[in-house]
Amino acid sequence: MTRVPDAAAAPGGRATSAPLMGRDEEPTVFELSVPGRAACSFPSTGLPEWSAEELVPAEHLAEAPLALAEVSERDLVGHVTRLSHRQYSVDLGAYPLGSCTMKYNPKLCDESAALPGLRDVHPAAPAALTQGWLELLVSLEEWLCEVTGMHSATLQPPAGAAGELTGLLLMRAWHDDQLASGAATTPRTKVIIPDSAHGTNPASVTLGGYETVTVPSDDRGCVDVAALREALDDEVAGIMLTNPNTLGLFEEDIAEIAAAVHEVGGLLYYDGANLNAILGVVRPGDMGFDIVHMNLHKTFAVPHGGGGPGAGPVAVSERLARFLPGPRPVRTPTGAYDWETPADSIGRVHGWHGNALALARAYSYILANGGDGLRRVADLAVLNANWIRHRLRGTYDVPFDRPNMHECVLATTTLKKERGLTALDVAKRLLEEGFHAPTTYFPLIVPEALMIEPTETESLQTLEALCDALERIAAESGEEAHEAPRTAPVRRLDEARAARQVIPTYDARPAEQ
Amino acid sequence: MGHYVPHTDEEIAEMLAFVGVDSLEGLFETIPAALRLVAGDDGRYLDLPDGRSEADVLAEMGRLAAADPAAGLVCFAGAGAYDHQVPAAVRSLMFRSEFVTAYTPYQPEVAQGVLQMLFEYQTLISRLTGVGIANASLYDGATACVEAVNLAVAASKGRHRVLVSRGVHPHWRGTMATFARGTGHELVDVALSEDGTTAWPDAAGEGIGAVLVQYPNHLGVIEDLAAARACADAHGALLLVAGDPVSAGLLATPGSLGADVVIGEAQPFGTPLSFGGPYLGYFACREEHVRRLPGRLVGETVDVEGRRAYVTTLRTREQDIRREKASSNVCTNQTLIAVGCTIALSWLGTTGLRELALRCARATRYTREAVLAIDGVEAATTAPTLREFAVRLPLPAATVVERMADEGFLAGVALDESDYGDGLLVAATERRTRDEIDRYAQALEKVIR
Repeated sequence: MTRVPDAAAAPGGRATSAPLMGRDEEPTVFELSVPGRAACSFPSTGLPEWSAEELVPAEHLAEAPLALAEVSERDLVGHVTRLSHRQYSVDLGAYPLGSCTMKYNPKLCDESAALPGLRDVHPAAPAALTQGWLELLVSLEEWLCEVTGMHSATLQPPAGAAGELTGLLLMRAWHDDQLASGAATTPRTKVIIPDSAHGTNPASVTLGGYETVTVPSDDRGCVDVAALREALDDEVAGIMLTNPNTLGLFEEDIAEIAAAVHEVGGLLYYDGANLNAILGVVRPGDMGFDIVHMNLHKTFAVPHGGGGPGAGPVAVSERLARFLPGPRPVRTPTGAYDWETPADSIGRVHGWHGNALALARAYSYILANGGDGLRRVADLAVLNANWIRHRLRGTYDVPFDRPNMHECVLATTTLKKERGLTALDVAKRLLEEGFHAPTTYFPLIVPEALMIEPTETESLQTLEALCDALERIAAESGEEAHEAPRTAPVRRLDEARAARQVIPTYDARPAEQ
Repeated sequence: MGHYVPHTDEEIAEMLAFVGVDSLEGLFETIPAALRLVAGDDGRYLDLPDGRSEADVLAEMGRLAAADPAAGLVCFAGAGAYDHQVPAAVRSLMFRSEFVTAYTPYQPEVAQGVLQMLFEYQTLISRLTGVGIANASLYDGATACVEAVNLAVAASKGRHRVLVSRGVHPHWRGTMATFARGTGHELVDVALSEDGTTAWPDAAGEGIGAVLVQYPNHLGVIEDLAAARACADAHGALLLVAGDPVSAGLLATPGSLGADVVIGEAQPFGTPLSFGGPYLGYFACREEHVRRLPGRLVGETVDVEGRRAYVTTLRTREQDIRREKASSNVCTNQTLIAVGCTIALSWLGTTGLRELALRCARATRYTREAVLAIDGVEAATTAPTLREFAVRLPLPAATVVERMADEGFLAGVALDESDYGDGLLVAATERRTRDEIDRYAQALEKVIR
């Protein structure tokens, strides 16, 4: 191919990072501690210096101060900085982790969320003093509804799984109301999910008070519509679907599925984990979904923070709007903003208004991209993922080799048979090449799965370097991969020991260590 | 515009040719045409504003930020969200992009930074709470209470009634009530006595799996945990304590007073007010409950060369493996905020945490005395308080908050009237000076006159 005529002279932006990872073990902050050392200082206040005994009744007072670490600020900064060097991140290199949408997080959004006028606002401050925040939240709700084709939204859920559970409670509120009003006569007990679903789906179903019914995928990787029809009856509260699904394939029969579920009085829940693929292309509301959650830390570039904070807003169709969590930010007829709790609200799902600063980041991301930019996100995320499937189809198995959306699922089934090369081996070997590993062994229906989601922010040069590495690994004897990673901060871990003899704190370490 | 997509037009053309599709639109042919959005006359697929430059976005964000005068007020509001100093070292370290832009540590060999920070966090939370196990974080104080109740009901073999003190933050109780619609748990409200402590019942009937108390409670009162423990024992229930982590600098730990599960809100350590989020729910419990722990747990182990290393452990509790039988549905939580908390607590250190708690208690005592000296202001509770307190005013509290804003103060948080009657909840942190408090009291006297 002649994509880059002189790759050596003009390598383009390749996002890989192995040499940057720190290999030296770092002691815990408790081992750096020296009694009597401290980093802290406090403002001068001019207040009376009452003693602890004067302030706290003796029966409540701690007998001795709690022992924390005792370190200088210089030691603390060195410690945390060295730890940061033992951590891979999007800013270091590509992170093709399927289902997680690890796109580049624009610095502009960091700066937006750090504005004192947003950051330093108390959540109980009266609406009249927080009109800027309320306007932001109302506009964000409206934009997310436009993107998803829904009527109203709540921004309270602080993560995707929290959004799922919120959605299921909305489903429950709807069905309870149907029963109470006489529109329905039998209680609903079951929620259907496909066997390719994220694990949070069935876990949320249980917490929502429903029973999970699993339907199989067909040989094309989509929901088996005949099996679904079998499972549908008047005890079904609804179905949870990810579309495109976790194989990266669009559920082409979605209109038929929606009609069948609605026919028995069920509702359709859209797991928005894969929304990045369809921004400005197709909308869950237009597909027939009633409830949609979004992961702003995937689709809308809120950084993942090593495992949160994210944000998991939920949008609903008009008939469900009266059940949304409250209080909700609203624009009043005068043009001012206020809080309002919907008539039949299920109540709060967060202590305050959700992960507000994450919402501000997403707001600034949407502002920067605009509607046109969001469509371009989907276009290039899907192009990148299809390019990878085409490039690697001769090297790895492609269980469902047809046009995919934002991610593609490969497998090492053949390589495992020939040379014992497992998906885990490939993942660990790829770490040595300076890339984060893809998602492995998911979805559960594909043995030895490697789920690759490049996202739209990785360049063609990065995709080439990633595929070069994956081809090199596949061509090796397999020995190297079993030993990998050899250049990462640590090598493979004894996970069995960690679970057998749990050491959850520094204080729980056995004395002989 | 698409500022963050690197592809050139030439590259797009080459890539399309490579995958055998003739246009970007052609990538979506597996989506039924009837469902796909069609561009309007203006070329738009979505009715959203056009993309803007970085400078224009920042100008717009600045306009919104300027419309929040609450940010500039001297803050006497608390109620679970406190105006503490955020050390420069915390801001600079927690926003290192290695922490900010990492994913959940699924590949531990390249995630030792986050994993070790979480191990240190779990150690610190275990020490603050006085129980042996802490998880790697939950969303906030409210959702930590929900998870504590779920653990307790499961641990008590399905006894699903829970005694909840009315001294627990009303938003936290509200959140618990919402999620109880799904789990079917029954939350039994336990009223407060005249003095502001919880009036625990001797016998509240059968099927009580847990007793939940806040320490100090929503009105700032230091609850008697021995009484809560006695109530739990009388019902054969677990004791769940929602503790303020700053007060832990002075008070005996909930674990030492018999708590089985200790949860709460760790926003005070390194997280600004942030309009209520992201905050940090902490969750700790006795070792015997480790297999029911919600969310992630980091454990120490070794690599194949015997080097110390960290990994998420007991993963079989979690949703991606256990699915509908998981102990919780938590996946993404608040790791970055836990990293900030760890840095903030290590910056404070042993003497600093105690000093912080002491300074908050001093400022609160001084404020309380100044406010109660005003004619017409009365204490809402009589039992000892620590870092905040509630008062009754001759005017509606919401009106007072509104008028005090004109004087430059966020006066406090108006109490939830249905629970506590009208009143104002006032907190003073280590940031409040004698001069600010004196002026606050003068202004209050003026606006209620």
